[in-house]
Amino acid sequence: MAYLDHAATTPMLPEAAQALTAALGVTGNASSLHASGRRARRTVEESRETLAEALGARPSEIVFTSGGTEADNLAVKGLYWSRRDADPARTRVLASPVEHHAVLDAVHWLGEHEGATVEYLPVDRYGRVHPDALREAIERNPDDVALVTVMWANNEIGTVLPVRELVDVAAEFGIPVHSDAVQAFGQIPVDFAASGLAAMTVSAHKIGGPYGIGALVLGREHTPVPVLHGGGQERHVRSGTIDVPAVASFAVAGRLAAERREDFAREIGALRDDLVAAVRAAVPDAVLGGDPSPEGRLPANAHFTFPGCEGDSLLLLLDAQGIECSTGSACTAGVAQPSHVLLATGADPDLARGTLRFSLGHTSTRQDVEAVAKAIGPAVERARAAGLT
Amino acid sequence: MTDTPQRTRPLRVLAAMSGGVDSAVAAARAVDAGHDVTGVHLALSANPQSFRTGARGCCTIEDSRDARRAADVIGIPFYVWDLAERFREDVVENFVAEYEAGRTPNPCLRCNEKIKFAALLDKALALGFDAVCTGHYAKIVTRPDGTRELHRASDLAKDQSYVLGVLDDQQLAHAMFPLGDTATTKEEIRAEAERRGLAVAKKPDSHDICFIADGDTRGFLARRLGTAEGDIVDETGNKLGTHQGAYGFTIGQRKGLRIGTPAPDGKPRYVLDISPVTNTVTVGPASALDVEALTAIRPRWCGTAPAGPGTYTAQLRAHGGETEVTAELVDGELRVTFTEPVRGVAPGQAIVLYDGTRVVGSATIATTRRVAAASV
Repeated sequence: MAYLDHAATTPMLPEAAQALTAALGVTGNASSLHASGRRARRTVEESRETLAEALGARPSEIVFTSGGTEADNLAVKGLYWSRRDADPARTRVLASPVEHHAVLDAVHWLGEHEGATVEYLPVDRYGRVHPDALREAIERNPDDVALVTVMWANNEIGTVLPVRELVDVAAEFGIPVHSDAVQAFGQIPVDFAASGLAAMTVSAHKIGGPYGIGALVLGREHTPVPVLHGGGQERHVRSGTIDVPAVASFAVAGRLAAERREDFAREIGALRDDLVAAVRAAVPDAVLGGDPSPEGRLPANAHFTFPGCEGDSLLLLLDAQGIECSTGSACTAGVAQPSHVLLATGADPDLARGTLRFSLGHTSTRQDVEAVAKAIGPAVERARAAGLT
Repeated sequence: MTDTPQRTRPLRVLAAMSGGVDSAVAAARAVDAGHDVTGVHLALSANPQSFRTGARGCCTIEDSRDARRAADVIGIPFYVWDLAERFREDVVENFVAEYEAGRTPNPCLRCNEKIKFAALLDKALALGFDAVCTGHYAKIVTRPDGTRELHRASDLAKDQSYVLGVLDDQQLAHAMFPLGDTATTKEEIRAEAERRGLAVAKKPDSHDICFIADGDTRGFLARRLGTAEGDIVDETGNKLGTHQGAYGFTIGQRKGLRIGTPAPDGKPRYVLDISPVTNTVTVGPASALDVEALTAIRPRWCGTAPAGPGTYTAQLRAHGGETEVTAELVDGELRVTFTEPVRGVAPGQAIVLYDGTRVVGSATIATTRRVAAASV
């Protein structure tokens, strides 16, 4: 079995699993005042400190959520509402068109239901937003921009976006920027303080932690309107009883992701390069998606377009040989749609259906790459014969 | 006759899973028979966008979930293939055009011919599969010379060979119908699904045309073709009433005519003829519906075409009875004479010829000759 879909989810690190199971047997609501509560709170706060250190943030800036999707929704909707509350003129949302659906659908919802004017920033053929494009969009009317949301690295094609430069532009106009760093964390340096971001999304299960836990790293001066109202946990921004075992496990995974990042990126980058070379050797007309330069893309991501193929056909053929990868982003009912990311980069809609994303991770081996090298040529040949329906 | 090869050597099988109980049990039986099975659900909705937004009242997202659940329980890979564009072109548009021309099409037959055992089968074969498996109730029997025969299912009440009558030998060579082989009733299939832990065991049967979710064919056609008031006349041309579009009628139809004045003899009146050009619907007594002969076009044969005239039993509509005919192929057109007159034969429907339980072939009814009148 060659598991090459780590961007969807990556196996839990043994250390994180151990932290999770150890905490499952311990009683205590972190909001309670008695000894059990204090013990739980200590675990949560130590985890918060660990995670803050791993992300270059202050502990108070870590707001735990149920995952990346919730953190994205909280940032995008919450900041939109609070910025608009402060000045009703602020109804423009500037977003990259290559965002994950957790951001894309949230801003779309703001447009449909909250009177927002959503503007998608132009991207180059690698899916990158240029600072000049952001400046142009803001300068058309700096006063009506509620927020900017631009992901740190793209989940499908792996392109890294110039977050710091984009923040610098927005900062000139005092506009907060949110970034979805779910894919970036653990692969490239992610330092919240140095980024200048107002808010940043991270998720545990993409870095070897458990499902169902993530965080919005939220600058202290920002107070988004909550999406969830209740007991007032997490700076009154995100109510709900803290999942202590998940938080403890997330912190372990986060610490290890930061500690191991440099070695991991070097090793996995080399393996990824081998995979890219192998695919290109087997299928010379395969097109690498995203920025081809090593510094411009995630080290664990390899994305290809195979002209004349249906991505679904390739998936089926590789799956039958024990190679697990993805066409890009999953859809609930499983119907193949041309990727919105590729369409945004100007790809031909027919070509955009013939994509595969291989994403490597901490369990990836040379054998995985060899399995792909062996299988991809015949699979592409078959899928081409089956054509596009 | 020998057993089908499908049951003697393991094949790579693509199981078309609609989300219903029959196709789920069929896929499970294919696995039991030792085949390497992959499930696929066909997304046929005209608007694939509804999968994301859920905005449309389309049942497909529910069906696709049911199919996926069944595949997970059976333990086979599962995919959804978007064949909406092909389905729209080959089935839905054809359905509308046929009604517009005053005929009565059978979209299920068309779907088997153009989608399940053409578009889907072609893609499956290209991807390295050997066969497409469905939950149809019909039997494939392999002759000693390796060619195949299609037979009625053991359970005649569930038999679906009529809607498969359009398949030729090559299509049958790559088809697998695990439900037709054994004398199982629908109740037994449900019990088997229950035993296998398939949640679709209790799911109601689908009866209607899948792309007309509310079952209102006339409303669907009115939305597509618009309404146009026309006359309802008797056999001598006397106007009896009006209608909102000739396409909304089927030959032999009795209900829904809304004629105020009763017939002089007090007997019910039926649709005898539909004329799209003049937008006229002709009605008359049941006796005027009796047909003694017909011609049918686009003949398809399970195996080789019969050399000369032959005597067969014929089925003229889904769930219809059998009737004895002589049939002959003349200049590529099937000429059929009924031993006893039959009533209510609608152009556009398929005639399927049988020799005992064996499907000989099928063709699309083009014209009929009434006992009492000239050809219409």
